Amino acid sequence: MHGLLSLLIWLPIATGILILLLGDERVASGRWLALLGSLATLALAVPLWAGFDTSSALPQFPELRPWIPRFHSSYALGVDGISMPLIVLTAFMTVPVVIAGWNVIEKRPAQYFAAFLIMEGLMIGVFAATDALLFYFFWEAMLIPMFLIIGIWGGPRRVYATIKFFLYTFLGSVFMLAALIYMYVKGGSYAIADLQALPLTLIEQRWIFVAFLLAFAVKVPMWPVHTWLPDAHVEAPTGGSVILAAIMLKMGGYGFLRFSLPVAPDASRELDLLVIALSLIAVVYIGFVALVQQDMKKLIAYSSIAHMGFVTLGAFVVYEIVRSTGSTQGAGMGMDGAMVQMVSHGLISGALFLCVGVLYDRLHSRQIADYGGVINTMPVFAAFMVLFALANTGLPGTSGFVGEFLVIIASFRASFWYSFLAALTLILGAAYTLWLVKRVVFGPVTSPRVAALTDLNGREFLVLGALAAAVLLVGVWPAPLLKVMEPSIHHLVSQAIATKL
Amino acid sequence: MPDTLSSWPSLAPVTPEICLVVAVCLILLVDVFAGERRTGLTATLTLLALAVSAALTVAYGHVAERTVLLHGMYVADELAWVLKLAGFLVVAVALLYSRTYLENRHIMRGEYYVLSLTALLGIFVLVSANNLVTVYLGVELLALSVYALVAFDRDSGISAESAMKYFVLGAIASGALLYGMSLVYGLTGTLDLGEIAARLYAPSSLGVTMGLAFIVVAVAFKLGAVPFHMWLPDVYEGAPTSVTLFIGTVPKIAYFALALRLLAQGLSGTVLEWTQMLAALAVLTLIIGNVVAIVQTNLKRMLAYSTIANVGFILLGFVAGTPDGYSAALYYTLQYVLVALGSFGVILLASRRGYEADRLDDYKGLHQRDPLLAFAMMLLMFSTAGVPPLVGFWAKLRIFQALWETNHLWLVILAATMSVVGAYYYLRVIKLMYFDDPVGEAPAPAPAGGVRIALGLNAAAVLLLGVLPAPLLNLCARVIH
Repeated sequence: MHGLLSLLIWLPIATGILILLLGDERVASGRWLALLGSLATLALAVPLWAGFDTSSALPQFPELRPWIPRFHSSYALGVDGISMPLIVLTAFMTVPVVIAGWNVIEKRPAQYFAAFLIMEGLMIGVFAATDALLFYFFWEAMLIPMFLIIGIWGGPRRVYATIKFFLYTFLGSVFMLAALIYMYVKGGSYAIADLQALPLTLIEQRWIFVAFLLAFAVKVPMWPVHTWLPDAHVEAPTGGSVILAAIMLKMGGYGFLRFSLPVAPDASRELDLLVIALSLIAVVYIGFVALVQQDMKKLIAYSSIAHMGFVTLGAFVVYEIVRSTGSTQGAGMGMDGAMVQMVSHGLISGALFLCVGVLYDRLHSRQIADYGGVINTMPVFAAFMVLFALANTGLPGTSGFVGEFLVIIASFRASFWYSFLAALTLILGAAYTLWLVKRVVFGPVTSPRVAALTDLNGREFLVLGALAAAVLLVGVWPAPLLKVMEPSIHHLVSQAIATKL
Repeated sequence: MPDTLSSWPSLAPVTPEICLVVAVCLILLVDVFAGERRTGLTATLTLLALAVSAALTVAYGHVAERTVLLHGMYVADELAWVLKLAGFLVVAVALLYSRTYLENRHIMRGEYYVLSLTALLGIFVLVSANNLVTVYLGVELLALSVYALVAFDRDSGISAESAMKYFVLGAIASGALLYGMSLVYGLTGTLDLGEIAARLYAPSSLGVTMGLAFIVVAVAFKLGAVPFHMWLPDVYEGAPTSVTLFIGTVPKIAYFALALRLLAQGLSGTVLEWTQMLAALAVLTLIIGNVVAIVQTNLKRMLAYSTIANVGFILLGFVAGTPDGYSAALYYTLQYVLVALGSFGVILLASRRGYEADRLDDYKGLHQRDPLLAFAMMLLMFSTAGVPPLVGFWAKLRIFQALWETNHLWLVILAATMSVVGAYYYLRVIKLMYFDDPVGEAPAPAPAGGVRIALGLNAAAVLLLGVLPAPLLNLCARVIH
């Protein structure tokens, strides 16, 4: 189907603008429009998955229109096995966000829905672009709606959080832009495939790698540039947290796979230990930090950082596997794990933030101490919360298991100690997540406010139910996902271990 | 050489200037006879004159290739044509935005419009200058008109003070320019820019460097580059907002032309020297402009420092010293003028009689009082910060690209860092408008009308040129060979 990707990008954006024009007075119809728009986008994602050729690593559903001929930059779209699942994830996650905000948002609701719809289109654009300038265009444009979402509908310290979020990500991205322009000046093309094929000296690769690292590490986020995330998550409204955790963090991981490894393979090989070290620090140290959090959202935010550590670990452990075993066998497994982890973390962290949102809508508190014994008044909710918590700890049968397992196995091939440290997450992750569940969900009812809680309504049940189904599906039957990714991952591994010198 | 004054077709490229001179004389006369009661007539006539002149310029003023006229004093090329058309448009929009403001403050006089037109004439002379005398003529015509405009609110002490400051410092800059020109003349024996370019080449003598230094100082003063920027915040703040709008936009086109004609064309033999001088100025300008803007509490003053920061970027285009760099600087200038037009326009529209709306706190909760105005301002601020999908992004991209092409690694890093610093204070304006609640008694809502539509179009243009940047980029590349 020609123009499918364009439709996926511009349909939500057009819907968002329409909602904006309808305004707050007619938000009743605006809401339905938002739901319709996000469902239509999700429906469009179905032919994207169904029509995807799982035997090819080439960009599929390609579109090419002249955009800025002077810079040899075109409106070029296409998806491969790495970007396609992430687009589907984006389309899937926006629907619960719209439903979750249905009548919870009282302040400027039309703009709220419009912001998320526009955001969705821009995020799909980031994944679909096969031209670096177009990629950057969407990548930066995304900051505007997110800045407003946190700033307008966020918590008490929202201004601090949103400005910090914007400046952090802007700082990283600007250097990426400088690197992209440098490569354009050198190679005369902004097409991502041309950048990947561009010969670069080791010194150039190092500079470019560092510029990319700044951009992507902030987005992932990796320790030590993660500090914006807990602030942003805590202050963002529920929908904002969901999109931030489920999709925006994936942009960093996607960037590493799409740019850092193929564009600067020699620098990546040289500096892989840096990234691996930062990833392991994220897994272990941030795991401990998560343990002591008093605020549910902050705890999940730190847990996100720890889980995203697996993505970067899985991506860069490739070089250590080659170094220690001399063969590329099993190298793809780390990247497979990274990709599955991204999809799975998108679902699980999104679901957990929605769970916190359910509680917050009732008690207007995110403090763990304010809860206790929720299972007595909200048994259905408790079941969902426990399921997502177990998925977060990596229980077999849930999606959380697949990604982490693959990465741990792959890192074992590189070194026992990498897998040992990475596997600590099985203990730490279980500790902070289950302790959270224990304190919030189980035990006797601690306060009269908890005793007055009401269980999930139909809307919330629908949202959490859909996410639970997805988490279990990916956990029990990851084969289709792995199959879709296989040729692209294979191609990526060959690009990553090739030398450009 | 054929007698250029005898045949009309050979004078066709001078259409814009001829039209303006005629318009100035007519409007001055009409204004005298119409008197103070009919000032609206002058305003309408001025807009009409601008439209007619622009149409005639489109019809007759275009030249396919560089033509030198009027005994070598005047050059007509596509660049000049584009800049003049931009000048017509910007002045027309600026006057449109200003009208309500002037009426409310009882300073709506015919002279305001006449002075705007003479300033524009000065800009045109400068844009088409091919001789040091013509350059100086243009600079002075523009400067004198603008000094008078700044002092236009006769009863305001602060306006008079800033006009005085502007005049005294401007006179020093003019002196520097004249002195530099005289040195260059003394060493080359000609005033013709083309001749100078042919006679000056590296390695140059100490005298040439001296002359060059004085000329660079004058250019830096006019543009508002650090350390010659002192006048700019005071004048921006002190002048009536409509005049700030005027001096913050149209003259930038002229000073871009000044730098291009004098440095890039006339003194092209000393390109290695002046790019170094400009590089030092650009670094200072970027740092001081962005950092000092952060602590401002007055929006006009903040925008003044933002202007300084943007001038830093324009200078970086010249630092590259290549046609691609000049074209980047041209693109940056044009988009900056468009964005500044909108930003000062928002201040004008937000203000009422006795309420200047120039403090940052006046913008608290603007979104609740006036969503359209706030939305337009948000687009403009994001554009100045260089965030896609807005036009400001492409301007920064062009500058980065020109710098990479000439291997200025450290300037790229500095410019990138400074654009992040700059983003902070633009975000703060958005924060005030969107995240804060309004304080105190909100002034009456603005009257609906054409001005608001114009401002909406202005903001829409910033977005549209950001999504589809190719036409303007191509234009800027084509007119600079």
